[in-house]
Amino acid sequence: MDTTRYIARHVVDLPRSGIRDFFEIVSKMQDVISLGIGEPDFDTPWHIREAAIYALEKGKTHYTSNLGLIELRRSIHRYLERHFGISYRPEDEILVTVGVSEALDIAFRALVNPGDKVMFHQPCYVSYHPSITLTHGKAVPVPTFAKDNFALTAEALEKAWEPGCKLLVLNLPCNPTGGTCTRAQLEAIAKFAIEKDLLVLSDEIYAELTFDGEHVSIASLPGMKDRTIFLHGFSKAFAMTGWRIGYACGPAALVEAMMKVHQYSMMCASIISQEAAIEALERGSDGMKAMRDQYHRRRDFIVRRLNEIGLKCHVPRGSFYAFPSVEVTGMNEKDFAVGLLKAERVAMVPGSAFGANGAGFCRACFATSYEHLIEAANRIERYVSKLKA
Amino acid sequence: MNPVLKLLLESGGLSTAEMAQVLNLSEAEVNRHLDQLRKDGVLLGWRPVLNIPEEDGAVRAVIEVRLTPERGGGFNRLAERISRFDEVESCYLMSGGYDLLVFVSGSSLQKVAAFVSEKLSTLEGVLSTATHFLLRTYKEQGFLMDTRAEDNERLKVSP
Repeated sequence: MDTTRYIARHVVDLPRSGIRDFFEIVSKMQDVISLGIGEPDFDTPWHIREAAIYALEKGKTHYTSNLGLIELRRSIHRYLERHFGISYRPEDEILVTVGVSEALDIAFRALVNPGDKVMFHQPCYVSYHPSITLTHGKAVPVPTFAKDNFALTAEALEKAWEPGCKLLVLNLPCNPTGGTCTRAQLEAIAKFAIEKDLLVLSDEIYAELTFDGEHVSIASLPGMKDRTIFLHGFSKAFAMTGWRIGYACGPAALVEAMMKVHQYSMMCASIISQEAAIEALERGSDGMKAMRDQYHRRRDFIVRRLNEIGLKCHVPRGSFYAFPSVEVTGMNEKDFAVGLLKAERVAMVPGSAFGANGAGFCRACFATSYEHLIEAANRIERYVSKLKA
Repeated sequence: MNPVLKLLLESGGLSTAEMAQVLNLSEAEVNRHLDQLRKDGVLLGWRPVLNIPEEDGAVRAVIEVRLTPERGGGFNRLAERISRFDEVESCYLMSGGYDLLVFVSGSSLQKVAAFVSEKLSTLEGVLSTATHFLLRTYKEQGFLMDTRAEDNERLKVSP
């Protein structure tokens, strides 16, 4: 029996993630040094894990409020006031979600009518485009460029804009490029959003991993809090990817709309993860800073090495990704990544997995040990010099 | 903080050549930093942290020592004298119910006991000792003894 005929048309048309294809190849190989992992190499700090164990022991095994534990929402409120300069009411402006992924999904489902246009910058996280498609919205990608260190510019937005655009998705610092915007650049984007009457979905999951200069949230700019849904989580800053815990903040009416979708699908995020998240916010900042310092030094090392090797690479101001160009090799990014994997057993993700204009680049995650980074750089060097010869 | 020192604390297993690569220094410069740290008395030495089965390892004990303080030097003269014994691995001045906490090791229980009764408690100025033998180690200088639970399988590629 052909069961595929049961599948919804828009899902049939949905392309598989380019990461998935690459994963299939890598997973069959042994002794690979992987720079292809989009998560911290650190395990969650012990005090956070212990808080979860304690919660279990205390019988914290029940549903929570749909919005999430009020204690966690209060912690989030204090944390955002202190570190982001934005204030959201714990009672009705904060929604705890199953990672930022869920927050994004329910935001699209709550906001997008069929045919609504959603702008987002590219190269970008693999989920944005498909999530928009799944809600029958129309994706309007806006390119970012190496010459701008992959910061999103108001000029590029102007150029890509078309009538009917309703939402703008930002991910700064950005996966996969590590690009982010200065305050001035962000102000220009805010001005554009106000002019075009756009609602901004700002995914700031890498905010704490900003190495140079300040991280500015667009929600903190004048006139922007009312037209921004701020999305954040614990995966990257606190090394909590597997806990699947994040949150969305915004105007009460929009949070309420997202909460409707959330309550009928997820009901609530895992209570254990919520308890751990409170611990992370209240007592996790030293551990977080120690991890950030390490990523910072690893970034300096790997970016320097990639440039020495000839793979031109801008200095990513945030995140734990370097995004070198493979142009010098004369190969496209897929052939380069597969060739490097087969010849030297180093995995980098082809940039085109993050959107068409990621072509010519590869993503190298530096959230791995110095030993691995040193060895990976040496292997890449060997591979590139063989190509040049 | 000295960049070499910072890296040592973060990732102790790197060779000087690897440290040089990470820090963008020459190997000679890394060695110069290490020499300076030694000269400054910051870097005292190197030691592997081992997990040796109890039956093969040395007998270790902690000893609480009460001392008579001296005019001028307090506990320093005696503490320094005690620290010089080879049996003494570490020696700390403490607040609270006793004065020195001394970590000692020896090849057998008898040897450690002999050290305490013959050398330590007979020193003039030592008022009392209380010796506790270590039975089992769970964590040593930042390293967990049982590392099996820590081998986490991560995905090789993820978004």
